[in-house]
Amino acid sequence: MSDTTVLYRKRVRTNRVALMCSMLAMLIGMSFLAWIMIVLLYKGFGALSLSLFTQSTPAPGSDGGLFNAILGSLMMVGVSTFIATPIGILAGVYLSEFGRKGWLAPTTRFINDILLSAPSIVIGVFIYAVYVAQVQHFSGWAGSMALALIAIPVVVRTTENMLNLVPGSLREAASALGAPRWKVVLHVVLRSARAGVLTGILLAIARVSGETAPLLFTALNNQFTSYDLNGPMANLPVVIFQFAMSPYENWNSLAWGGAILITFGVLCLNIVVRTMFRKKI
Amino acid sequence: MMQSTVSTKREMSFSHLREDATTAVAHGAEPKIKIRNLDFFYGSFQGLKHIDLDIQEGMVTAFIGPSGCGKSTLLRTLNRMYDLYPGQRATGEILLNGKNVLSPDQDVNALRAKVGMVFQKPTPFPMSIYENIAFGVRLYENLSRADMDNRVEWALRKAALWDEVKGKLNQSGLSLSGGQQQRLCIARGVAVKPEVLLLDEPTSALDPISTAKVEELVHELKSEYTIAIVTHNMQQAARVSDYTAYMYLGELVEFGLTDEIFIKPKRKETEDYITGRFG
Amino acid sequence: MLPEPPRDRMRVQRLQDALFHQVTRFFAFSVLAILAAIIASLLYGAWPALQEFGAGFPFSAEWNPVADKFGGLISVYGTLSTSVIALVVAIPVSFGIAIFLTELCPPVLRGPLGIAVELLAAVPSIIYGMWGLFVFAPLFADYIQPVLSMTLGNLPFIGALFQGPKNGIGILSAGLILSVMVIPFIASVMRDVFEVVPGILKESAYGLGATTWEVVWNIVLPYTRVGVIGGVMLGLGRALGETMAVTFVIGNAHRISPSLYEAGNSIASTLANEFAEAASDLHVSSLIALGLILFFVTFVVLALSKILLMRLGRSEGEKT
Repeated sequence: MSDTTVLYRKRVRTNRVALMCSMLAMLIGMSFLAWIMIVLLYKGFGALSLSLFTQSTPAPGSDGGLFNAILGSLMMVGVSTFIATPIGILAGVYLSEFGRKGWLAPTTRFINDILLSAPSIVIGVFIYAVYVAQVQHFSGWAGSMALALIAIPVVVRTTENMLNLVPGSLREAASALGAPRWKVVLHVVLRSARAGVLTGILLAIARVSGETAPLLFTALNNQFTSYDLNGPMANLPVVIFQFAMSPYENWNSLAWGGAILITFGVLCLNIVVRTMFRKKI
Repeated sequence: MMQSTVSTKREMSFSHLREDATTAVAHGAEPKIKIRNLDFFYGSFQGLKHIDLDIQEGMVTAFIGPSGCGKSTLLRTLNRMYDLYPGQRATGEILLNGKNVLSPDQDVNALRAKVGMVFQKPTPFPMSIYENIAFGVRLYENLSRADMDNRVEWALRKAALWDEVKGKLNQSGLSLSGGQQQRLCIARGVAVKPEVLLLDEPTSALDPISTAKVEELVHELKSEYTIAIVTHNMQQAARVSDYTAYMYLGELVEFGLTDEIFIKPKRKETEDYITGRFG
Repeated sequence: MLPEPPRDRMRVQRLQDALFHQVTRFFAFSVLAILAAIIASLLYGAWPALQEFGAGFPFSAEWNPVADKFGGLISVYGTLSTSVIALVVAIPVSFGIAIFLTELCPPVLRGPLGIAVELLAAVPSIIYGMWGLFVFAPLFADYIQPVLSMTLGNLPFIGALFQGPKNGIGILSAGLILSVMVIPFIASVMRDVFEVVPGILKESAYGLGATTWEVVWNIVLPYTRVGVIGGVMLGLGRALGETMAVTFVIGNAHRISPSLYEAGNSIASTLANEFAEAASDLHVSSLIALGLILFFVTFVVLALSKILLMRLGRSEGEKT
């Protein structure tokens, strides 16, 4: 056998081994996803029942559901979306429409991308320090604010990306009619990117729905059903955390029920958004 | 007229043009737009060099030349479209009705309401056909619902689009074909009743039939508007324009009556370009 | 012809435009203001602790709420060690996934598998925590930890890392759960940067007879090195600040030990466990000081990641 064929075989073998490893890595990644989903279905399915949605969190050992936690989560995620959407969209508009010159746009872009991955527990500490500690009580408002701070960077980033996809010729066409800048942006540019901007908001909702850390010492928890954003408020992630770590079996079971709700909610949102707007996010 | 084929149309228009153009010159009419010593810069790159040119009222002026020669740039100075981009600037004078539009106290939006523009690619707004047209009108006029309906119909008729869309005014402008979209954009530009219409290669993205329709439109419209058209299609320039400007590397090489430019150009460069030896 | 648009209308329009510009500018600025407020409030809150314990705070292992004596070493160590473990495991796996998605995957599957990887990133961290505590930890204790002890545990120097209680809870478990969590982040960035490699470059290498692996290792990786490091830094930033997944499995014990099997605490898990119940002001202040350290470190890491990724983007821009 000549030297070249030996070398060639060695190269082919290396290639094959490397590619096998690559496939194995993909397989590992996917199997973790599958594993987690199966565990959730297996452990959480039994906990799914009508009472999960109608009754409030019980005392250890008695029957109950997660109504108060679901309600609290919906309220706080709703309020935070309400706060984060206008702020995020307007900041995104600035970055994309006025961000060609000056120091503010590049700096904001940079800081925003860092905040996008900043530790969420620190956001909780921040809201605790500036709000909870001042008013001397935990509250749904505090939780909503913490979630809003996490949602804003997501909305800013997607809004800017989506507006950048709107062709410049559309802006020129509107300007060519004599439309002032704000009408060009609000009536034409934002309008043609509205599906994409909506995507950003949905992604932000998906992101904050599962956040636990920033709620631990802002909204805290509440074992009763409460509509009062000015008091401590139950929410799914913190209830799941508390119940999962508890020694009581019925609490553990409710925790799995909550986990299945939250995970499939978040994943469905993600799947819808990502299949609809593939390649744009 | 509308039913005539493209070729007969072309013959008719030629004789028709010549008359128009010569009379305008003979009467020595004051030009609609006077460009004097215009320079244009993209940052430090000079895109236009010392342009002097008159655009006659009620005429079609065509700008031809190889790509990158500055013809689109020149068009975009006329409505100060370049203002949208930092780093681009123009010096010199562009007098519209005797008033310099390059002066800093010229309101660009007011200018653009008087100088409409249609782009290379159709740019329908993401709204209904009706709203596409009403959008521009509402900017500067408060019309009653009935008046607006009339205006929309009028503009769509002007753009020869009414018969094709009258039953679906509430559908999205994006649902139309490419040629229809471009005529919608023309209708949108016409609806605000500008004095000047700038067409930046309006047919380069269209099929031949749509192109013919747009060219016919240009003819219809020139009785009421002053039109400047940029095209890389020399036959088109010959068909639709009264005056032609040949540009090269940011300079105006030759400008004159379309017939003269195409039949006996004064400059050798122009002749080379027109006969296809260069470009 | 229409008359000239009325002057005051144009003036109103200009005012509206200026107002619109300033409003959007204000909100863009508010993003910066949020950052400044976070830093300022953390500094303010941490001040008493930093004054009491001085610059040595991050290096003191004492954490005694009863005696009101605090130091950050245990938590800092927990944060760093779990993150390092996470990266050691996540980098090769992410690299493999990115290669698979860009070079090997049949085009039909590329979309769905790409989404699946992103879903892994979207699963709320508390779910990872539950899965880690209730499913992964018992299996890890029964099957993996004994094997690691018997093999790696007998090696000189690093052997001590793999000895200790085999109950599936501790620094090592937390690090492994974290690695599953950061894999999708690193893999997504790597996939994105691999995709910017010009096709012609790869084709030239294939044209010389190079194998897929050789193209990846000798062409794609050097070309995208900066971006790959940026992706790893992003993963590190995520790992450092992750709270819930770690809190479930790290064991929440305030001690430091040579074994990775032992329970520990990270900055984030300490905050999650103690913040709401901290009694003394100094305790709260010390916790905020830990938060400050965490924020500072992640900020630096994420900034570095962003700079590296921007540099790759820019050199790409110059070429086109």
